[in-house]
Amino acid sequence: MNSPKPRPAWFQASWFHAAWVVARRDFVAVIFSKAFIFFLLGPLFLGFIGVLAGSIGSHVQHDLDRPQIGVAMPAHSGDALVVARNAMSGHMAGPVPEFVVLERLRTGETFDARKALKSGRGATHGGQLAAVVGGTLEAPVLTGTRERVDAWQGMVSAFAARAVQAAPAAYPAVTLDQVASTADTVRNGQLVTAQAGQTLLFLLTMLLAGMVLSNLVEEKANKIIEVLAASIPLDALFLGKLFAMLAVSLVGIAVWGAGYGALMLAGMRSLPILDAPAVGWPLFLVLGFLYFAMAYLLLGSMFLTIGGMASTVREVQTLSMPATMLQLIVFFLATYALARPGTWIETLSLVFPVSSPYAMLARAAQSGDLWPHLVALAWQALWVGLIIRFGAQLFRRTVMKSGPSQRRKRRWFALAKRQPA
Amino acid sequence: MKIDLGEWPVTGNAVDVSGRELAIEARGLVKRFDGFTAVDGVDLSVPKGSIFGVLGPNGAGKTTTLRMLLGIIDPDSGTRRVLGHDRPTDIARRIGYLPEERGLYPAMKATDAIAFLAALRGVPLKEGRRKGRELLEEHGLGYAADRQIRQLSKGMAQQVQLLGTLVHEPDLVVFDEPFSGLDAINQGKLERTMRGLAARGTTVIFSTHVIAHAERLCDSIAIIAGGKVPFAGPVDQARDRLRPQVRLETRATDGRWRTALPADARHEGAFWYFTLPESGVEPLLRALIEGEAGILSLSIERPGLHDAFVAIAGEAAARALEANSEEMESSR
Repeated sequence: MNSPKPRPAWFQASWFHAAWVVARRDFVAVIFSKAFIFFLLGPLFLGFIGVLAGSIGSHVQHDLDRPQIGVAMPAHSGDALVVARNAMSGHMAGPVPEFVVLERLRTGETFDARKALKSGRGATHGGQLAAVVGGTLEAPVLTGTRERVDAWQGMVSAFAARAVQAAPAAYPAVTLDQVASTADTVRNGQLVTAQAGQTLLFLLTMLLAGMVLSNLVEEKANKIIEVLAASIPLDALFLGKLFAMLAVSLVGIAVWGAGYGALMLAGMRSLPILDAPAVGWPLFLVLGFLYFAMAYLLLGSMFLTIGGMASTVREVQTLSMPATMLQLIVFFLATYALARPGTWIETLSLVFPVSSPYAMLARAAQSGDLWPHLVALAWQALWVGLIIRFGAQLFRRTVMKSGPSQRRKRRWFALAKRQPA
Repeated sequence: MKIDLGEWPVTGNAVDVSGRELAIEARGLVKRFDGFTAVDGVDLSVPKGSIFGVLGPNGAGKTTTLRMLLGIIDPDSGTRRVLGHDRPTDIARRIGYLPEERGLYPAMKATDAIAFLAALRGVPLKEGRRKGRELLEEHGLGYAADRQIRQLSKGMAQQVQLLGTLVHEPDLVVFDEPFSGLDAINQGKLERTMRGLAARGTTVIFSTHVIAHAERLCDSIAIIAGGKVPFAGPVDQARDRLRPQVRLETRATDGRWRTALPADARHEGAFWYFTLPESGVEPLLRALIEGEAGILSLSIERPGLHDAFVAIAGEAAARALEANSEEMESSR
């Protein structure tokens, strides 16, 4: 049997070796645990619940949202309005509510539209009465809630006009001349790709980065932290733990991606079509991987720092909600900035370290320039290092009780206050 | 703070008076936690290849001192030099540490746990596994090599951690309360292990509040009480802090010889008990004989380390308490 090639002496003796030892231990411990199977199955449950909720929701929506407009007009005016609606509905943009004759009014007869809307009587086929058209074809009166009357007034006016005047014999046929894309569709398509990329990045980091919160609890609960702190620098411990969880996440993504691909193939379905990003698909995928790693490391290093302060699983659970909120805020910032290119909010989302990966991935979908990505990746890596350093020092100071005592700090502050202005 | 180092002064050249190199040299270590002074000006000098005991009552500051020497925490003031380095973490690979609160990853196999601890100290994983297996075999735990830590008894898990502490063949081993939780047989085994390490030139420093272990094992000790070190030096020197105790049995109940006894001599049953006068045993004997005491028996007992410890740590603890009270008063 060939023995593995020994690592160079500089590596064996280095800070990286310490991080590597911790990362290897954590990675193996997670990957070969039974809990990891459930972790891998997680998205399956999520998908199942999503499909179930979507199906129920669409049924409910179908049952609930079938608005009808009641017609209460003199003599045959109402019938003429319904005929006009049926004739024109195919030429209108968007859904056209069904028209239902509520009352054919005789001369001098009136109709209380408000009362009809309140009672809801008169709707047919399981629909809901959402508005009532009264008055005459020349001067129709539309009664309904503000949103409804605002949305439908133009349509009712058009139908009434058609009912009054002779309609054209036929609508002319339009010859279609299609082009593959326009500047507008490319821009919109890339915007959709950018949004999809951001959303996927967010979902993956939200799903995976939270695991890091509880990462130091095991060491503290099992009292291993003393041995670790005596053996290796805490920065290396933090870095090792972070990269171990990143590797675990990548294994998870690989498994889920393969599973999704296999399902698509088995069902002979194609993957959702998105417009090609500005940098092209291969580079976009590479950047997506890099930005995921950076987003994970940035959030993970923060979570590791926060979680390091917790000494029990219960405390970690308490911390997980604010952590999720933080992720959401970052995502909303990046999404909000997406539609506002060139504004200060976009600059903020690009520069703010935690939102930078999301914003830069969106940029990759919309702009072909590559150098900003190199700068952004370096910037983000710098912040990963800074947060790890800060986290390790905070951990050392607060948990390991090292560093200057509180009394000395208080004295320092007292001294600073005494300085003449 | 003035610390009595006895005849154990330390030179700046990291050697003791007898020219032995020092593995650990600490000067004026101070550590405060939220206003409470846990360690208050500790000086330590541990010669290379010796077994050094840090003795003290619970809460005396032993663990904090050891943690500072290991670099787990930094002192608020003072200096430390471990194996010739100012930053102990720089030479962590030459140090073994068994903390008071033992801990291993429960899901790890015994061999892997030792290999992991070795890897933390720079030993390649494969070599660590091989050495771990060898050590387990040597210590009669070969059958547990592939068992998870959670499947082992507490004592066995402690032994696995001990082997993990030693697997990388460190130059300095720090044990924090190593005997706690061990049965008598395993305590004996650990004592033999410590002697074996010292015989091979490894410096061993351990903390304990069980004096018997220190008395049997240590070349030198430091007594810590209230965060201070009232004594540091060879074990014999600590014992010599107390005068030998005399037990005397006489035929005569009274007479001139009574003037030879010190004023605090007490009479219990047939015996007189008192501290041997500084003039020594010969003048005492002469006075007793000339005074016609009729000596039936006379024994002189050298005090044990336990007596010395109680005397030294007790006084120091009282002083520390007074100092703390004064400090609180002055800070108001």
